[in-house]
Amino acid sequence: MKDAIIKTQQLVFRYTTEEGVAPTVLDGIDLTIEPGSFVAILGHNGSGKSTLAKHFNAILLPSGGKVWVSGLDTADEARLLDIRRQVGMVFQNPDNQIVASVVEEDVAFGPENLGVPPQEIRRRVDAALTTVGMEGYATRAPHLLSGGQKQRVAIAGVIAMEPACIVLDEATAMLDPVGRREVLSTVKKLNREKGITVVLITHHMDEAAQAGRLVVMHDGRIVRDGPPARVFQDVEGLRALGLEVPETVGLMYELRQAGLDVPLDALDVDGCAAELFSLLTQGEKSEA
Amino acid sequence: MPFIIETRQLHHLYSAGTPFEHSALNGVDFSAQTGEYLAIIGRTGSGKSTLIQHLNGLLKPTSGQVLFDGEDIWSSKERTRAVRFQVGLVFQYPEYQLFEETVYKDISFGPKNMGLDEGEVDRRVRQSARFVGLDEALLDKSPFDLSGGQKRRVAIAGVIAMEPRVLILDEPTAGLDPAGAAQILENIRTYHREKNATIILVSHSMEEVAREASRLVVIHQGSIPYSGVPADVFTHGRELEEMGLGVPAMTRVFARLRSMGADVPGGVYTIPQARDAILAALNRSKAPARGKELM
Amino acid sequence: MALKDITLGQFFPGSSPIHRLDPRAKLIALIVYIVALFLAVGWQTYLIAFLVLAAVVAVSTVKPRALLKGMKPVLFLLVFTAILNMFYTPGRELFHFWIFTMTYEGVARAFFMVIRILMLITATFLLTYTTSPLALTDGLEHLLSPLKKIRFPVHELAMIMSIALRFIPTLIEETDKIMSAQRARGADFDTGNLVQKAKALIPLLVPLFISAFRRADELATAMECRCYHGGEGRTRMKQLRYRPADALFILAALAVCVAVGVLAHFGW
Repeated sequence: MKDAIIKTQQLVFRYTTEEGVAPTVLDGIDLTIEPGSFVAILGHNGSGKSTLAKHFNAILLPSGGKVWVSGLDTADEARLLDIRRQVGMVFQNPDNQIVASVVEEDVAFGPENLGVPPQEIRRRVDAALTTVGMEGYATRAPHLLSGGQKQRVAIAGVIAMEPACIVLDEATAMLDPVGRREVLSTVKKLNREKGITVVLITHHMDEAAQAGRLVVMHDGRIVRDGPPARVFQDVEGLRALGLEVPETVGLMYELRQAGLDVPLDALDVDGCAAELFSLLTQGEKSEA
Repeated sequence: MPFIIETRQLHHLYSAGTPFEHSALNGVDFSAQTGEYLAIIGRTGSGKSTLIQHLNGLLKPTSGQVLFDGEDIWSSKERTRAVRFQVGLVFQYPEYQLFEETVYKDISFGPKNMGLDEGEVDRRVRQSARFVGLDEALLDKSPFDLSGGQKRRVAIAGVIAMEPRVLILDEPTAGLDPAGAAQILENIRTYHREKNATIILVSHSMEEVAREASRLVVIHQGSIPYSGVPADVFTHGRELEEMGLGVPAMTRVFARLRSMGADVPGGVYTIPQARDAILAALNRSKAPARGKELM
Repeated sequence: MALKDITLGQFFPGSSPIHRLDPRAKLIALIVYIVALFLAVGWQTYLIAFLVLAAVVAVSTVKPRALLKGMKPVLFLLVFTAILNMFYTPGRELFHFWIFTMTYEGVARAFFMVIRILMLITATFLLTYTTSPLALTDGLEHLLSPLKKIRFPVHELAMIMSIALRFIPTLIEETDKIMSAQRARGADFDTGNLVQKAKALIPLLVPLFISAFRRADELATAMECRCYHGGEGRTRMKQLRYRPADALFILAALAVCVAVGVLAHFGW
């Protein structure tokens, strides 16, 4: 338990309604997220994935079961700030999470709340903006930035708190392809170079394919968990859950349906092309 | 065949005469035929939102013309208003513009503004609800009690209820999960087929436009560099990449295969096309060797 | 569209000496200057006030055009004040029309009144143009902090102000978008009588309010995620520190005020 950055045990969550009939949103989640890992959580709208994310930094508290962040029980109100400092969140709508009207002042917001000394805040803000490639925008007004830039500012605001983990709650859903690429390459870099744990909540298959581990949620439960190359092989299973697979896997699946013996683990264009190439040349060789 | 909608040398300047002045469209010649399903692709800020808001007269050209059925839509005030009902525009995240107490009332907002009688409004509300797959029972509910995907479909029904001959949708699947997106695209296809309407789909997803549209129009920096059938447009892979657009995954896979020396055709952009192309290539080169596996 | 262009309370980043002044110094100086404006009586005192303002504008590098542009919304108020003063000030008759009498005194008074309002607005705009909204609310929070002793929620008020400032452009953009969307469904915001126009606003206002509430809710969560827990124990990246220049600026403002006051007293 000490080793996990986030650990949930039999996590149950119900919204309390006035009538008392509360639908169960999370139904017994057991999940352990290792430090330094890059985990994608995939699921259709209403599968409970965002609700789960909000348990990772005590924005929501379990109705049943437990959640620990670096060994701290999220129900322990006295440690609330310690928990939230360790697990930073980036949300879907970039406009609704930027607090200040100047980029650098927004990035400073988190450390200011933590009571960090001014010179240290300055250092962290500059470093965070450089990390996300927004150092040239420090004194700009956030509402004039593109969606991808706004989300990178939000990420900078999180890393200025020096967290151990960043949770992106559908943070790319409102962005165009360029913006999505910007955000994704930023978090991949944070994961690779700073060892920050990344939890990416998404319903874009191609983004999920880039993670080291893929968790699939359905009706408040975890229904698949493993490396993306393995999880995506279950094309029919995922489609039955209202999800899709990356196009490259989709093609391989079609070829298998047509009777060819091809593997289903091609997650990107290069891998897919390589497999198809060997399929095409293999035939020629056997012919020769 | 005559164009149902057409722009001629369309220019648009924002904030003309202020320090914020910038040009969003630089002499755009755009056209669509009756019953055509076309897609507009372009980055945020490329001018595509400005273009589509000209097509139904929400924005007035700085210079140039917008023609509907061959006639300038700005020829009179009445004409502009009439065209607005003929050219339906569904904005991005349209669910955020819902305002009525019930789904029924919200969908009827457009038809009522057209001045239709109650019977006709009722017919249109029910028909457009059917088009987007909304259950009759939902019509009396508050739109704010629905799920995200349902709200989006109510908003689209609100535009379809005006029975526009041209239906423009700006990113109708943004933020939806695959099942929700597939349902909306299916609804659009149904409207296209049954009303022989012209569909203009604005999208960021190359895979989506490749599957849905028969013609693509690329907008970049206020101009149209490419327009044509998907296979042709996607041959400009590198240029599209530089514009921040890219091409479908299948096109990239096949470009990669060709650069490796494989004998596969160009112009492939969807999964079924890719499958058929691979199977054909296998059949061609080693039909006797692998024939049995292909069964 | 046009809505996006309004410059109300817009900040123009820069590095002029005026930009660099402590927001508190600027706030105090502004108040002192406004007092001076109300003490001024004759053209000499107005001239002093004008020259001082012109000098500060010149140093600030804010373009006079930007300041003038900001005047547009108050144009009506200016004209209204001028007319009221012209006709309702008793004195020597300039000309007479029906029940209206324009007087020499009225014209003079209207002139000075308009000048006074223009300078007051210019000075205030100069403050908001050269001070980031956050610095401004910071300054206010500091100046009002003695009120914390009587349990006045100074920090909360300052936070509300800065968030409001942050969201003004976002909400303006959103208003634009919803208006276009409803227009696309045939909504008509421009014609009809007052009642019809008010009714036409419902399709705009309902989505706008719902969206504002959603934004507020999401923002609150985002702030909590970033460890916001009120003003207690909070530090600031940019510390407010009075420097000699700030003291000089306030002193200069006071000097102008006293000069104007004394001159006015002796009937200049």
